[in-house]
Amino acid sequence: MSHAPAARQEYNITAYTENQVGLLNCIAIIFSRRKINIESLNVSPSEIEGIHRFNIVIAETEEIVHKLAKQIEKQVEVLKVYFNPNADVIWQEMALYKVPTDVIAEKALVERLLRENGARAVVIRKDYTVFETTGHREETDSLIRVLQPYGLIEFVRSARIAIIKASDGFHHKLREFERREPGEVVAENEFLNDREQVFTM
Amino acid sequence: MFQSPLSAPQAASPPRPTLAPISGAVATLQALVAEGVDTIFGYPGGAIIPIYDALYDFTTQLNHVLVRHEQGGIHAAQGYARASGRVGVVLATSGPGATNLVTGLADALIDSTPLVCITGQVFAHLLGSDAFQETDILNITTPITKWNYQVTKAEEIPEALARAFYLARSGRPGPVLVDITKNAQQQLFDAPAYAPCTHIRSYRPAPVVRPAYVRQAAELINSAQRPFILWGQGVVLGSAEVEFRAFVEKSGIPAAWTILGVGALPTGHPLNVGMLGMHGNYGPNVLTNECDVLIAIGMRFDDRVTGRLDKYARQARVIHLDIDPTEIDKNVPATVPVWGDCKETLPLLTALVEPRTHPAWLARFHDYTAQEIDAVIREELFPTSEELTMGEVMQQLNELSQGEAIIVSDVGQHQMVACRYARMNHPRSHVTSGGLGTMGFALPAAIGAKLGAPGRVVVAVIGDGGFQMTIQELGTVMQTGVDVKIIILNNQFLGMVRQWQELFHQRRYSFVDIQSPDFVAVAKGYHIAGQRVDARADLRPALEEMLAHPGSFLLEVMVMKENNIFPMVPQGCSVAEIRLR
Repeated sequence: MSHAPAARQEYNITAYTENQVGLLNCIAIIFSRRKINIESLNVSPSEIEGIHRFNIVIAETEEIVHKLAKQIEKQVEVLKVYFNPNADVIWQEMALYKVPTDVIAEKALVERLLRENGARAVVIRKDYTVFETTGHREETDSLIRVLQPYGLIEFVRSARIAIIKASDGFHHKLREFERREPGEVVAENEFLNDREQVFTM
Repeated sequence: MFQSPLSAPQAASPPRPTLAPISGAVATLQALVAEGVDTIFGYPGGAIIPIYDALYDFTTQLNHVLVRHEQGGIHAAQGYARASGRVGVVLATSGPGATNLVTGLADALIDSTPLVCITGQVFAHLLGSDAFQETDILNITTPITKWNYQVTKAEEIPEALARAFYLARSGRPGPVLVDITKNAQQQLFDAPAYAPCTHIRSYRPAPVVRPAYVRQAAELINSAQRPFILWGQGVVLGSAEVEFRAFVEKSGIPAAWTILGVGALPTGHPLNVGMLGMHGNYGPNVLTNECDVLIAIGMRFDDRVTGRLDKYARQARVIHLDIDPTEIDKNVPATVPVWGDCKETLPLLTALVEPRTHPAWLARFHDYTAQEIDAVIREELFPTSEELTMGEVMQQLNELSQGEAIIVSDVGQHQMVACRYARMNHPRSHVTSGGLGTMGFALPAAIGAKLGAPGRVVVAVIGDGGFQMTIQELGTVMQTGVDVKIIILNNQFLGMVRQWQELFHQRRYSFVDIQSPDFVAVAKGYHIAGQRVDARADLRPALEEMLAHPGSFLLEVMVMKENNIFPMVPQGCSVAEIRLR
């Protein structure tokens, strides 16, 4: 346990799970029971067929995230959970922006606007145009500010997806899980591994 | 890609078809028999009729106990599981039958009791249509079960139940619920031979033991001057009583228990220094904040044990043995986390600790015991007051039962008296609702305990309030003829709340003045023998009569109305601030 002042920051929780009806609820109530808001939640396939991957973003202290991660991993259908601060992951969010075509075509330098924001037009109709961009929160936010003057009709941002920089994937871990007598890969517990340093006589 | 998780790749053995197709209902009961179940607690209803119909032909293998309310059924299954160490099994119908299990599921989860609850559900095609007696029991019970699953096809039944039993009893045990739609119960299918579940790839019953931590723990223990052991139910759940005793005796360390851990070391053992927690013994609470190494074994640092956390054992280095990694560092940071099944870790630790004694340190516990006897215990067990005390009832019972009985207590003042004063020679001798504090637990749990341990005397100790919460289970006692001895300690109050109101709310006795029926007459209505005692001279003969009586007996003892349980760690205080009065 660190004695540094507890600082809240964004953590990316990655959970590898079975594909099971009701598991989303099992995981969601771990947060809601503690009155913790989920900032972002994405459920998708993983690199392995049949194994799902949850990406959950919350802003909490490391100690709390630690405990939450253990509680998630305790769920019967969850194979493995990791948690990382933003610096340890590559992450992206996608956003869609709907604007009136006449306004944007007339008043904006569309080509420059798209280039500067790494955006592209997904749909162009007589009545409206939909732009898309992908990136960090600041990037998707900044395009909102740019488009607001042109009568932004609708905006939506996707959940965050994140890849752990240090991860070497789940294939060999899964093989360990499938063994009755697992080796160190499954026996390891990331949440307690730094214990090696804790104890001194 | 999205295959049913129940037919996930790890399922191995090839199905061997039986001669004729069977119904899902029959497959359910065959699974129970294959899992070694002999007793089921249940209540029939519309959505589970097919299983009850099949049960008609299974009565030689399965003893079905018809309870009077599903809550009584699940508490009885808890009592059965706790007394026997086996999985308790409950049958209930959909809707209200299922929701009546909720309290028991929450109780069993927090107290790590292995249960398999099977609920009927409406036909699969009616799910989500607000059909008669439909309720979303899976989502209702998700936070209060270790695992739950809804079966909508008969073919899923054998594997779902195999998983249910494996999950209920393995690792840190807990309740599981399998919800079976009526069509799945009725459907005929070619059932494969029943294959018990021994592995689920996403589930680790216990973490792998790390020898390095065991070594570190042993070094800490060997260098300690004032080591102190706290043990909980994990020792009992792991059937590690022998290993635990060997560890305690070799290390010579004083050991105190949580209320669910009681009995793992006999109450009379010289190194057993008593009970922890809010109404625990004086020495173990005070000295928690003076020990230098705290060794917590199979316990979870509940707030009723720790009192105020930021003043709890701050001076101590903590060794925490637990099978559940989420318990490590949850409430009290561990210096050394020895995770794993204590049946496995304790012998490793015992091998590395030096044989020692701690006479001066142990004497400090005895000093506190002497103070507690003078201030509290003597007057409670051998009162000079005219009115009877709860403690003297336990004392008389101890003298008669010699610590051999199973005590089943309800929740409240009498529970604390039962925990503090009952003598226990054996593990699995005290069944009580610890974590959830469920009033109404004891009567049905006692029925289950007796069926789970038929060779032992089972005495339910219940308050006048809690008894009225599940009083209907007297009907179950009557119909089954199960031999439970029932002691009602009647102080004509909801005593524990009254105590708090007296101590912390200026004696504003808000709605704790509870009236009771003539309990002996009620028992008589159920053809259960009974007696009421309000004079000291009658107590001993009445207890003797109760224990000698062939069959159930209800003994109502009128005790002091406004007696308080002490010592007490007031809420929000440190364990060292425990009050003797």
